[in-house]
Amino acid sequence: MNCLLLAAAPFAPVDQDYMFEARQMQALSFAVHIPIVCFGIAFPAFVLLLEGLWLRTGDPLYRTIAKRWSKVMLALFAVGVVTGTILSFELGLLWPNFMATFGEVFGLGFTLEAFSFFVEAIFIAIYVYGWDRLSPWAHFLSGIPVVVAGFMGSLMVITVNAWMNNPSGFMLEGGRVSDVRPLDALFGNDYLWHELVHMYVAGFIVAGFLTAAVYAFAWLRGRRGRYEHIALVVPLTIAALAAPVQIVVGDWAARSVAREQPTKLAALEGLYETEAGAPVHLGGWYEGDEIRFGIPLPRLLSLLSFHDPSARVEGLEEVSVDERPPVNVVRIAFQTMVGIGFILAGISAFYVFVWLRRKRLPRSTWFYRAVVAAGPLSVVALIAGWVTTEVGRQPWVVYGHMRTEEAVTGASGVPVGYATLVIVYTGLLAAIVWILRRLARAPVEIQPGPSGVAPLAAGAASPDAEESR
Amino acid sequence: MTLAEAPLVLMLVGLAAYAVLGGADFGAAFWQLGARGERGAQLREHAYRAMGPVWEANHVWLVFVLVICWTAYPEAFASIFSTLTVPLFVAAFGIVLRGTAYAVHAGTAREIERRAVDGVFSISSVLTPFALGTAVGAIASGRVPVGNARGDLVTSWLNPTSLAIGVLAVATGAYLAAVYLAGDARRAGNEQLTAAFRARALVAGLATGAIAVAALGVIAADTGGVGERLLEWPALAAVAASAAAGLATLELVRRSRFEAARYGAPAAVAAVVAGWALAQRPELLPGLTVEEAAAGRETLIATVVGVVLGFLVVVPSLALLFGLVLRGRFEREPSALAPAPRLLRTRARPPSLLGIALVLGAAGLPLTLVVDGGPLLAAGIVALLAFVALASIAIASALTSDATANERHRGQGDVSV
Repeated sequence: MNCLLLAAAPFAPVDQDYMFEARQMQALSFAVHIPIVCFGIAFPAFVLLLEGLWLRTGDPLYRTIAKRWSKVMLALFAVGVVTGTILSFELGLLWPNFMATFGEVFGLGFTLEAFSFFVEAIFIAIYVYGWDRLSPWAHFLSGIPVVVAGFMGSLMVITVNAWMNNPSGFMLEGGRVSDVRPLDALFGNDYLWHELVHMYVAGFIVAGFLTAAVYAFAWLRGRRGRYEHIALVVPLTIAALAAPVQIVVGDWAARSVAREQPTKLAALEGLYETEAGAPVHLGGWYEGDEIRFGIPLPRLLSLLSFHDPSARVEGLEEVSVDERPPVNVVRIAFQTMVGIGFILAGISAFYVFVWLRRKRLPRSTWFYRAVVAAGPLSVVALIAGWVTTEVGRQPWVVYGHMRTEEAVTGASGVPVGYATLVIVYTGLLAAIVWILRRLARAPVEIQPGPSGVAPLAAGAASPDAEESR
Repeated sequence: MTLAEAPLVLMLVGLAAYAVLGGADFGAAFWQLGARGERGAQLREHAYRAMGPVWEANHVWLVFVLVICWTAYPEAFASIFSTLTVPLFVAAFGIVLRGTAYAVHAGTAREIERRAVDGVFSISSVLTPFALGTAVGAIASGRVPVGNARGDLVTSWLNPTSLAIGVLAVATGAYLAAVYLAGDARRAGNEQLTAAFRARALVAGLATGAIAVAALGVIAADTGGVGERLLEWPALAAVAASAAAGLATLELVRRSRFEAARYGAPAAVAAVVAGWALAQRPELLPGLTVEEAAAGRETLIATVVGVVLGFLVVVPSLALLFGLVLRGRFEREPSALAPAPRLLRTRARPPSLLGIALVLGAAGLPLTLVVDGGPLLAAGIVALLAFVALASIAIASALTSDATANERHRGQGDVSV
């Protein structure tokens, strides 16, 4: 009888032959969107910092760079708009049962996000089209809502992801939610704040190192004018200060995971047996319920997770086999993220050290090579971090309440959609590279100051000296 | 109106706004489709320039409709998206192609590149509203049953009503765009373009009217309830209002009064949306009334309050943007000279900014590492973020300041070059 009822329920779990493709499709959409989001978060702040320096010093070169970068900002925002729209479509197209059951619990987060999206779209247009047409201070002020909206948008989207990882604010009976308290679910969640700060800081690291990488590459190619100097220093300084802070934030995040998602923590470290004084292993892989060929650091996991070297840490054995995430994927992603995080922090420490000692940039070619590498590495760390948290959440879509296979669509044709997405996104990435190169090749025009005197700085930036992505 | 219906009304407002503003964006690209030669190039550039500052904001209305739908009527949303997989996928890909074409348009230099980008842009701009229109037709004709992909993958959206509404959506967009572009061309003082778009607006207006009448017949024949109720009170009043607004707008266009027409055309579209809602009331999907589909009370209240608060921010912002666009502020020829800002005199010199940053960093680090939760941890995090921000400003300004440039500026041109 119960079975019959379930079969008749409109949003009962269905058989989907292409569950894997559905998940890959969502993951691909996300992996393309999230690095672009980093530019949405951080690039307006870079541009405003440059414009602010112009307003303080009157040096027109700051303004020239800000103006050129704002065009990149607009192009990337357009791509972010459409890739974000794809994600919102896919929530319904791929995971209708998830939306039908829980939409009323977490949907408010996205409703509020739509408004930050509005504000961002409106003011980014005013800012970019307003160059030379608004008064200098009005123009500067029109950029501030873009930065604020970037933060608010991150906040609202992360409320939903944090809720999926640590759900609350509802009762679930017979596949239907009741007693829904959306504000509690979204904002009364311990999990929200570390995820938000971790992602927000990551936005500055990724956008900062990627932008700096372009000009570090130009430096290696011998283009070392003042234009390249400023364009390197601004993003690199921000990223270099954010990268060490991110390690501290990451430690806070890991402690929250230890408290709320012990199974995820066990997967991060490949810990099978529950034990007091648990170790951390560097490298190696998980096989037969243990870490092979890893370097053990005794008691470190207990110490890091609970600030107590003999704290008890729950292992994977606490839950049945079908409730464990794929350990190697999660663990290797996690170690990749942490490893890159330390490399980036090392580059940053060197940069800050040289500045403190000598008040100038490092002169070693190796430093600039490292910065060039840091750009793509930071993207790898970003994606690895999201793999850690999202694959680490598996097999749940709503942690402990709904399994991912219960959420999937019953529609056929998922592989067709996936294949189309791969083709379209390949074209999209090619288009991004193409437009960035085009924008970079446009000659640098430094507008003369109000007195009509060409700025001295103009000689320093050769007209063809430009970024090449 | 009950609480359960309130979010639906907001959704319909969003849908009408998207149909008008987003529709006009799509329509602008429609006119680029056949534009060739010198005059065609002028026409295409005009369309890009007019839509450039506003298309992203216009697009957000679609997202707005979706997010309210899945928050307030989650089962309806899930049923619609799982059954209408095909047209909604097509629409989503159309949106990606369109946005990408917009992003790369600015970089096109050679004719062949321009043609490729324009082609993708125009085709995706026709495909997207058509696909979305077929989805609306599927809902209106009761072809989306409640449940996970319970409807037919193909006939749910490939049927007379869907096709009629899909075509109507494309035609409406083309009409709206022609009206707006005529007005924009008039403002820019280009009489030749004004005449070109006036002619297009008249043709498109007549065509759209004819398609709308035909669609009404198709819908009445194809669907049971909704088609009949469209021709009964109260939906008939909305349909009549739409027809009246459409005819009035056409007359305004004929008299070349584009600014008045700018506001008449949306009224016709909004009335159609209202008519659909009235004809379908109280059912959202077959066997699922709005009351049954609605989320819990707390969610509904939070959604309505959230949207109202959001409008308090967004409506003035939109008014500012459209005001700047419609007053032609973004078309003004930019000055060749950089403006002279009133320079900011900061009392705190960069070293002291760095000092504040270091104090904040030193305070934030132990708090974040040691404290577990609570306001102290929050204070630590905020201090660390403030450290990053302030130290970035201090170091970046110190490392990029150029003594000679500053000297020169203080002397305001005394220095010989």
